[in-house]
Amino acid sequence: MKSFRLACLLAAALSVGATSALAQPASKIKIGLVSTLSGPNGAIGEEVRDAFNLALKLNGGNLGGIPVEVLIGDDQFNPQVGKQLFERMVKRDKVDFMTGVIFSNIMLAGLPEAVNEKVFYISPNAAPSPLAGKDCNPFFFVASWPNDAYHEMAGQHSTSKGYKTAYLLAPNYQAGKDSLAGFKRFYKGKVVDEVYTKLGQLDYSAELAQIRAAKPEVMYAFLPGGMGVNFIKQFVAAGLNKDIRLMLPGFGADQDISRGVGDVMLGINDTAHWALDINNAANKKFVTEFEKAYKRLPTVYAAQGYDTALILDAAIRSVKGNINDKDAMRKALREVKFDSVRGAFRFNTNHYPIQNYYLREVKKDSQGRLVNLLASAQPIAANHGDAYVQECSMR
Amino acid sequence: MTWILFLEQALNGLQFGLMLFLLASGLTLVFGIMDMINLAHGALYMVGAFLAAWLAQLTQSFVMGILLAIPLTALFGMAMESTLLRTLYARDHMSQVLATFSLILIINEAVRMIWGTDMPLAAPAALSGPVELLPGLYYPAYRLVIIAVGLVIAGLLYLAVTRTRVGAWVRAGASNREMAMAMGINIQRLFTLVFGLGAALCAVAGAMLGPLLAVQVGMGETVLILAFVVIVIGGIGSIWGAFVGSLLVGFVDTFGRTLMPALFREIFPPQVASAAGPAVASILVYLLMAVVLFLRPQGLFSRR
Repeated sequence: MKSFRLACLLAAALSVGATSALAQPASKIKIGLVSTLSGPNGAIGEEVRDAFNLALKLNGGNLGGIPVEVLIGDDQFNPQVGKQLFERMVKRDKVDFMTGVIFSNIMLAGLPEAVNEKVFYISPNAAPSPLAGKDCNPFFFVASWPNDAYHEMAGQHSTSKGYKTAYLLAPNYQAGKDSLAGFKRFYKGKVVDEVYTKLGQLDYSAELAQIRAAKPEVMYAFLPGGMGVNFIKQFVAAGLNKDIRLMLPGFGADQDISRGVGDVMLGINDTAHWALDINNAANKKFVTEFEKAYKRLPTVYAAQGYDTALILDAAIRSVKGNINDKDAMRKALREVKFDSVRGAFRFNTNHYPIQNYYLREVKKDSQGRLVNLLASAQPIAANHGDAYVQECSMR
Repeated sequence: MTWILFLEQALNGLQFGLMLFLLASGLTLVFGIMDMINLAHGALYMVGAFLAAWLAQLTQSFVMGILLAIPLTALFGMAMESTLLRTLYARDHMSQVLATFSLILIINEAVRMIWGTDMPLAAPAALSGPVELLPGLYYPAYRLVIIAVGLVIAGLLYLAVTRTRVGAWVRAGASNREMAMAMGINIQRLFTLVFGLGAALCAVAGAMLGPLLAVQVGMGETVLILAFVVIVIGGIGSIWGAFVGSLLVGFVDTFGRTLMPALFREIFPPQVASAAGPAVASILVYLLMAVVLFLRPQGLFSRR
């Protein structure tokens, strides 16, 4: 009889143990970070990776109080490689969250591997328009800005400056198309031409000759990473900067680009959701610590990578580490409250951000470095969302 | 299209074509004389660029960097030929493709281990601006230098192949290898020499294009494909064919990128045109190759 009671107790204890295991906080969190870490666009991925790691380090290696292991993969700027890395990290390594990708085409190739397995993907950069609208996904969150946003603001700024003619250039892929659509949505002048080049193209001689012949007032180029460095250098070498005003999206005139191009960058305007001198405590800490750790100033990409870690930290903390309860986790992410380096931030119903956008300008700092600072503390647009949210079925 | 735009695009096409020629001439000789498919030719282009960037950093001089990189790359190419590729001549093309493809991977990773994924290489500051060639026609000074270097090398190569004894050997080897051997030409040594020459030309192209594009691991692969297109169009083993083929590819690519989107905009609605124009422009070069293959399968100036 005694032994029977003991068995019953044991069984009860075990079953209690089993049920509570489900609701128990994870003892360790695995995060997969796939980014472009080699080639002429590799510097961008390094910004995201380094900033994400910095946020972790400042947090004592924890997110939401739980130790974190980060698996890092280089997509080599190749969608096929990116997809394989996603598959391996989700299926074999069983990561709890995925993040990291820079380029929309690579993310679109890899994303299904994560979201189909109910693994949350927090995007530190790529935010293509389809995923904001009809293809919005309960497991997809954007910590950066909608693909069109910087370009909408550049269009807005060009309109308010009264530039009558504009010439647009972007690589021929999803983010390139989103960018020019965004510019045109807010630009009231005449678009003399819009040109799409091959993604990864490094020689723009043919396009520059066209631009010279078209004589636009403002030239808007969406060219991330090494493409932008080459384009601006060649734009200047062709002497076009004398007559045509070059306008760039935020990442296109950041510290990394200026380092590669040089002093001709001075005075160039761009639009972004963040700048080195955005005035809040979180940003001051981020910029100081980043420079201390990596001996260079952060770019918008770094700011996005850093915020991605902060979002995860806050959301995991608010579910008390129960990351396997996907619905609770999603709710926590949707309502996340954290001290973003960009200032005010919240997720829209389509999991894309609502935030401020600013005009910035390339200036020299006291050490003689080219830095991209706010041209005005007054945003071009405040609490700006995106044009696709109505098409998203999530409410 | 105004004539100034036309001239500027023609210069762009010429510049691109001449650099392709430097790659394709070495490739076509190796293919023509040795009947050897060398996919690692692009790797030599990369090695040349990295050596130039590294030496330019050490000597603090762009010109010294290039001048030193050329013989070093030639030596590297000759060492590659005499140790490894020599054993492949008797094999079929499939083994050659496999072996030289693996060489690409090995050289890529070796360069990554030695110098990292990329290296800075800047042209002299004096060449960073534009030059006014004609009233209203501005052209980047550095691209003019590239054109000049390309033309000079093409001229020297033409003289070397048509006017010297070694050139005669090369031509003999390209048109009939067995007969050339029967006439007492030391084909073994000729092979090594040609390979060294091809590598040196690769180094010139890689180092000259470095400041314009980027010195990075994998830079050889994309350009290698175009170089193969060139020698297929020009005819395998023919230097003259490689020259004509390079300029054709250079002009078709440059003007295609300009004219195709404009043409599509005339015919189709903007939505279709903006998607299809660039896509068609990027396959134009391959269309050209297909047409040449259809009309003259042996290439425009074949030696066989």
